[in-house]
Amino acid sequence: MSGADIGLILSVFLACAVEAVEALTVVLAVGITRSWRWSLFGAAAATLVLAVLVAALGPALTSLPINVLRLVVGGLLLAFGLQWLRKAVLRASGLKALHDEQQAFEQEAAAARAAGGTAPDAFDGYAFTIAFKGVLLEGLEVVFIALTFGANQHRVGLAAIAAGAAVAAVVLAGVAVRAPLARVPENTMKFSVGVMLTSFGCFWGAEGAGASWPGGDAALLVIVPCVILASVGMVRWMRATTGRRRLASEPA
Amino acid sequence: MKRVLLGIWEFVAGDDWVAAVGVVVALGITALIAAAGAAAWWVMPVAAIGLLALSVRRAAR
Repeated sequence: MSGADIGLILSVFLACAVEAVEALTVVLAVGITRSWRWSLFGAAAATLVLAVLVAALGPALTSLPINVLRLVVGGLLLAFGLQWLRKAVLRASGLKALHDEQQAFEQEAAAARAAGGTAPDAFDGYAFTIAFKGVLLEGLEVVFIALTFGANQHRVGLAAIAAGAAVAAVVLAGVAVRAPLARVPENTMKFSVGVMLTSFGCFWGAEGAGASWPGGDAALLVIVPCVILASVGMVRWMRATTGRRRLASEPA
Repeated sequence: MKRVLLGIWEFVAGDDWVAAVGVVVALGITALIAAAGAAAWWVMPVAAIGLLALSVRRAAR
């Protein structure tokens, strides 16, 4: 197994686990407060839509010429990675609230209770729709990451296994604790995913644009630490800047 | 159709369109330098770190 394969597995597994934790919170909140049956049907329907997307887009992506694929995938991964990293840096430097799964669960549950009830055996459109939307929206990002990583290395199967393993781990943990997975270090995981997407995006984007990396694939062993160092440096920079701003705004 | 394209744009660009446009510009610069026969591998990492700093700064304002 190559270093790029390990990067693929790590990135897809972590991204998928983070998004699955968020989707699980929505499904749990709607299931507990309204209807397990329609909440699970909604989640299953969204999973089916995501599977159709993978089946349709996977072969289309892998049929592209390798340089075009790397240029497009590299650019998209980098754009995505920068989004993930920006949020992670802002959270780590205290400029954005940390994602709190327990709080998200309580908000979702309160909204579900406020939406009014239905007869016990009737179709619960609210539970179905909210669970469907939650799983679909969180899943879209995962599908995109798994497909692009997988297609680029012609390892869509490996990416699908990593994604499936992450979903299975999260679902099993959710069934075991029957509560939102508030102890999962989501913010650290998001930081890691941002680093991986940005690093692989740089690597493949440059190759697709015609550049050659010194050392070939081994260049990733330099790019990843550089991106981590730069991101940690930005966290410190933002903490120092906002700290100075706070001091300046306080009365003497 | 317009809504679909807008949805795709929002999905890719997220909260900061400047970073997404910056990625496209960086890829273009890489392609130009590589086509001229010079080493172009350094452009993307430098651009990524620069765009991240810019994006974080814009969000923090």
